[in-house]
Amino acid sequence: MKGTVFKTIAILSTLLFIYLCDRFLDSYTLSIMNNIGIFAILALSYNLINGVTGQFSLEPNGFVAIGAYVTALFLIPADIKSDMFALVDPAETVLAMHAPFLPAIVAGGIASMFIALLLSFPVFRVRGDYLAIVTLGFGFIIRIFAINNPAYTNGAMGLNDIPDNADFLWIGSIALITFVVMLHIVYSRYGRAMKAVRDDEDAAIAMGIDTFKIKTTAFATSAFFEGLGGGLLASFLTTISPDQFTFMLTFQLLIIIVLGGLGSMSGTLLSTVLVMGSMEWLRFLDDDMVIFAMHTGAHPGMRMVVFSILLIVMMLFARRGLFGDREIMDIIGEKLGKRSGR
Amino acid sequence: MDLSTFLQQLVNGASLGSMYALIAIGYTMVYGVLRLINFAHGDIMMVGAFLTYFAVSFKFPFEAAVALAIFGSIVVGILTDKIAYKPLRNAPKISLLITAIGISFFLENLFNVLFGGVPRAFSAPEYLSKVMHFNGIYMPVTVVIIPIMTVIILASLLWILYRTKYGMAIRALAFDIPTVKLMGINADSIISIVFALGSALAAIGGIFYAVSYPSIDPLMGIIVGLKAFAAAVLGGIGSVTGAVLGGFILGFTEIFVVALFPELGGYKDAFAFFFLILVLLFRPTGIMGEDLERSRF
Amino acid sequence: MRERLLEIESVTMKFGGVTAIDALSFAIARGEIYGLIGPNGAGKTTIFNIITGNYRPTSGRVLFRGEDISGIKASEAVHRGIARTFQNIRLFKSMSVLENILIGLHEQTKYSYIEAILRLPRYFSYEKMMREKAMEILEEFAIAGFAHSNASALSYGNQRKVEIARALATNPTLLMLDEPAAGMNPIETEELSRIIRKIKEDYDLTILLIEHDMKFVNAICDRVTVLDYGEKIFDGSPADAVVDEKVISAYLGEFRNA
Repeated sequence: MKGTVFKTIAILSTLLFIYLCDRFLDSYTLSIMNNIGIFAILALSYNLINGVTGQFSLEPNGFVAIGAYVTALFLIPADIKSDMFALVDPAETVLAMHAPFLPAIVAGGIASMFIALLLSFPVFRVRGDYLAIVTLGFGFIIRIFAINNPAYTNGAMGLNDIPDNADFLWIGSIALITFVVMLHIVYSRYGRAMKAVRDDEDAAIAMGIDTFKIKTTAFATSAFFEGLGGGLLASFLTTISPDQFTFMLTFQLLIIIVLGGLGSMSGTLLSTVLVMGSMEWLRFLDDDMVIFAMHTGAHPGMRMVVFSILLIVMMLFARRGLFGDREIMDIIGEKLGKRSGR
Repeated sequence: MDLSTFLQQLVNGASLGSMYALIAIGYTMVYGVLRLINFAHGDIMMVGAFLTYFAVSFKFPFEAAVALAIFGSIVVGILTDKIAYKPLRNAPKISLLITAIGISFFLENLFNVLFGGVPRAFSAPEYLSKVMHFNGIYMPVTVVIIPIMTVIILASLLWILYRTKYGMAIRALAFDIPTVKLMGINADSIISIVFALGSALAAIGGIFYAVSYPSIDPLMGIIVGLKAFAAAVLGGIGSVTGAVLGGFILGFTEIFVVALFPELGGYKDAFAFFFLILVLLFRPTGIMGEDLERSRF
Repeated sequence: MRERLLEIESVTMKFGGVTAIDALSFAIARGEIYGLIGPNGAGKTTIFNIITGNYRPTSGRVLFRGEDISGIKASEAVHRGIARTFQNIRLFKSMSVLENILIGLHEQTKYSYIEAILRLPRYFSYEKMMREKAMEILEEFAIAGFAHSNASALSYGNQRKVEIARALATNPTLLMLDEPAAGMNPIETEELSRIIRKIKEDYDLTILLIEHDMKFVNAICDRVTVLDYGEKIFDGSPADAVVDEKVISAYLGEFRNA
């Protein structure tokens, strides 16, 4: 009972915080917070399949792209679509698609989830790490399809004039919902089964767990929230194109969940703020630098070199990240329990 | 499609298939001994092509540049294993996979920062850039030379694997590491040999690729690497002959499907992915493969 | 003979060219404690893996309650009431002892995914019920005090008990134990045989176990089958087994020391 009261208070005060931010912060700060919110949604859901279930996957950029496109097509009015599509006329279905904001982003989530269910059959029925390579490949395929089907996607030019409904009220609340949902999953029989699959798949099977079902459930849930996040991203950015959803996006999320701790949702939340903050802060690495009176020239990608080294070093020396596979509440709870001599 | 076009496409397919086969071997051998998808393997191919490019631009003769590039790629391959994979042999599998993707991303971005992302024209020596023609068929010398050289290279590889002490050890390692240790073989040095062989073949594949397309860029290894991995799965992951078979099947498919159905040309890079999905659905052990993932109790 | 719960009918298992099990047959009656013994590499664990659906036999049949279960999915075997432990303990290492047992109770925890996400009433009632049940099982093994400890922090003997408790949580009819007493000292072994007999009565179980420790087998098993190189060389009471010529020569006198 005490837990429920605490949880309600925490949720209500977070909602108040979101409201106050949206009301009083300047637009630059808010855009950073929006970015963090969207990345939190993506990283939390990414951690469910990678961290909690232990199935190495590289899907986010593909599923975010699906969510972004579906949402954008539902949000952009038909007449603007007709004007925008330059290569060929938009397909009938594209013109017919129209929905308010919430159904539009949910549709993005459902579309991603549907694709995830389809991909589950080839990759989860066999043993081995095929999920990683199939999802990596999928990220490239999605781009090929976007470019080759201009009647649906406007090809390489992408979509613009997407209505900007995604303010911090939406993004913040959905990030909060994602966090709560992820915790509810982790602390349920499903979350336990996912962790069992991660710890020892054969032993999980010996407990009667249908590991195909459990992996598919985790993957589809991740995909749903990544699609949702993609929809928010499309509306937040107002323009999208196939080249936006590259592996870079997935890589950033991978760094976030490794730093936070594979399997730790609260760790992910904290590391999202840390990584997004330092991404912003390390921007100077990509710029022209003057070292000993010599110009180094602009180095786009230097940050990514630094971040990939960081990832490797973490894997080698600090594999557990900030919180390991546990939640901050449990770690604190255990410390308190020990002190009071339980 | 008339006979001469058919022959021309056949040679093109063999040439493309050769590159996939050479790169697929590295994936399949590393998977065989470590059960690891070495995401960085496609990038080793890029390293090979770039090292050749720079050696040539430093006025090395082409042949020397190739030798140097192969050597450099072997060093990169072995270092990758020693620095990034070896410390994680007993860690959870996912740590190893994350490190591998980290290495891959590191190599791509490092080359991007050092040499820029703009594709560079790759100039091959004159004798490789000639175009031959007989009976109305025109084809570049390279598409003929590549399959021939590939066959020679593969024959030597099979000789190493089946006729030498090290080859036996590699094959033994693919089945059971503890047993190999009991037999007094140093597993780590065998793993290094596997990385060396795989990297050398990837570098050769990369150089073939650079000569055929004549352009290179830091991200060239990603798509080719993905396709080569699909080829390895198609052939049966863990099997070297399977990887070769898979590579050639993929090469021929890409060339002939596009030749017969030009409207599918835009999806050329997606074929490998569909192959991968179909193989996983209907024959996960591939054409030649054994079930390496059978649970061990 | 009472009702036959498990029947192995001329089961053969080949790996590549190697015959691990050769035309093996035996049957276990409901309520028995049955021992499967034999030297290392005799094929005991292979038989376990066939019964639990991990391997499909090359030929022959496995009947459970009269139904052919050869080659069914391993998770399906659990649903039908076959539970197992592993030779090398395989607990879920990142989780507490209680959570390990709760995973055994996974299939009996009947709230849906949506009910879990929305925290609907069934979530709470089942979680409460299952936690109580898990504690009950832990008490049976006298390890309830470790419920909140990390599973990998326990002593070897206690980890074995957790593994058996976890298998018991799946609510089996047939409980299969792969060397349950391995690595235990005589006192722990003694306690283990007492617990096994008790849970057999309390939960109305049939037990099939693989074991090396003949003293343990003698103390606990009603009947044994002795395997050597995948073939059955003896079938009968444990007391007769230790004096059987073939069994003795297979073990090269190991039993006489026991």
